[in-house]
Amino acid sequence: MGDTVDLNSIADLARRVRKQALVMTSRANASHIGSSLSSVDIMAMLYGKVMRYDPARPDWPERDRFILSKGHACSALYAMLAECDFFGREWLDTYCQDGARLAGHVTHTGVPGVEVSTGSLGHGLSLGAGMALALKRDGKPQRVYVVISDGECDEGSVWEAALFAPHHKLDNLTVIVDYNKIQSLGRVKDVIDLDPLAEKWCAFGWGAVELNGHDLEALDRAFTALPLSPGRPSCIVAHTVKGKGVSYMEDKLKWHYSAPKGDELTQALAEVENG
Amino acid sequence: MRNAFLAELFDLAQQDERITFVTGDLGYTVVEKFMETLPKQFLNAGVAEANMTSVAAGMALSGKIVFTYSIANFPTLRCLEQIRNDVCYHRVNVKIVSVGGGFAYGSMGATHHAIEDLAVMRALPNLTVVAPGDPVEARAATRAVVAHQGPCYLRLGKAGEPIVHDGPIAFELGKAIRLRDGRHATLITTGGMLKTATLAADRLEAAGISVRVVSMHTLKPLDEQEVLAAARETGACFTIEEHSVIGGLGSAVAEVLSEADCPKVPFKRLGMPSAFSPHIGSQAYLLKQHGLNDEGVARTVQATLSASTSRVSS
Repeated sequence: MGDTVDLNSIADLARRVRKQALVMTSRANASHIGSSLSSVDIMAMLYGKVMRYDPARPDWPERDRFILSKGHACSALYAMLAECDFFGREWLDTYCQDGARLAGHVTHTGVPGVEVSTGSLGHGLSLGAGMALALKRDGKPQRVYVVISDGECDEGSVWEAALFAPHHKLDNLTVIVDYNKIQSLGRVKDVIDLDPLAEKWCAFGWGAVELNGHDLEALDRAFTALPLSPGRPSCIVAHTVKGKGVSYMEDKLKWHYSAPKGDELTQALAEVENG
Repeated sequence: MRNAFLAELFDLAQQDERITFVTGDLGYTVVEKFMETLPKQFLNAGVAEANMTSVAAGMALSGKIVFTYSIANFPTLRCLEQIRNDVCYHRVNVKIVSVGGGFAYGSMGATHHAIEDLAVMRALPNLTVVAPGDPVEARAATRAVVAHQGPCYLRLGKAGEPIVHDGPIAFELGKAIRLRDGRHATLITTGGMLKTATLAADRLEAAGISVRVVSMHTLKPLDEQEVLAAARETGACFTIEEHSVIGGLGSAVAEVLSEADCPKVPFKRLGMPSAFSPHIGSQAYLLKQHGLNDEGVARTVQATLSASTSRVSS
């Protein structure tokens, strides 16, 4: 991927991924569409412009690494990998079906482009830190990107990793917090309040920035500026909207669980197409 | 065993720069040489075992052979899900090392008694579980787990365990070592109970009971053939472990015997009951309290064989 990528093409990639994720979720009657939709623009920027990879060689040593630590948002990642030609789009039709390769949380077995399996929260940032440390010790220039959720920040292991990465000056590591403000049983501020979140990461020694996680220009600026602070890992606190792109899903806890059906799906696809 | 392991690993790491030693902030006076000589292969992950384990998996996914190191239950139970998902599921080259298996930290209290670790580790897919019986086996096991492609758990004693093998050994993961042969029963041991088993065997010999002694240094995969040979050729089996009788060596051997096509033989698991030790004291004291000293082992074996004989003759 290069610097000349047009942001319109990123928006188009995000649109296609949203539609795929909606169809996948509807067909499988699966959960977590709201969580997928909030992270799509972040992933579209990474896969559409920021990261170096080769879908024909998923284990290419010179690839950048991506970890979706909030593994429940896997429909977005699978759709992204299909749109980026890691595997055929027809795989998406089998999402969560009997005998399928694509499970309801990110699964690496038999799925090209998936670095690690996730699904239990609080693992991905540490895994990414280990990769980043190994790359650094081997003098390699590749970068590691980890998307975590806001609810995931309740896990103590996230903060173990948050302490670890700056100590080891992992400026090749970037965490993006998909801060959609809703977790499993309610609003983040009512469950375990995270604010002020960017300040917490700064206090732990990260270079941190807050931005609108659906603003491609803002994401582009942040990713272009990495590392956000010299010699430190970077944290992008991305303020997002759960269910982004579908009016009746936006900022609603219900869509952490429910799948759109019938007319709901039709409306959702139309809104994304015209959004 | 700890010192044998560290000495061997240091030698191996000097020849293979992929080997990385990650400690959870433990190893005062014993890890400094590694840290100072091979700084690029050393990492102190701090008192944060969950992060340590996932970091190790991430490093292994990037080509390293990573040893995580801590004491008692910290590198296993504290970070169990990281071991399951990040290490075992991804089948990475992470070798988990616990120093002080069993009652090695006896007087430190029940938090430091690692007596369920083998059961829990044995249940995890893709994980090779190794508990060497003496410093000679510890060195050999260290070489073997480095050469083995995939996750391993290496349960060590602490320091000062006696050397049992008086010469070189043929060590192979999954292949038990027979230390002596006997006609009336087999003592199968794992980990640091090996010396106790040989001493108990001496006592039994003196009482006219001839016993085979087997070091089952690898719990998973288990050497099932050696278990079956013990039953068929000596007619009685005893497992001896510094561990709960639930889920460890005793359970593993019982599983083999109960499903095998061989006659039922006298069998007993010698270990800890599923309980927090009510006693406070040294390793030797706690083992004795639970009948796991050589005298206690010999007594249990003798009593079990006598009961069995009287059942047969009555």
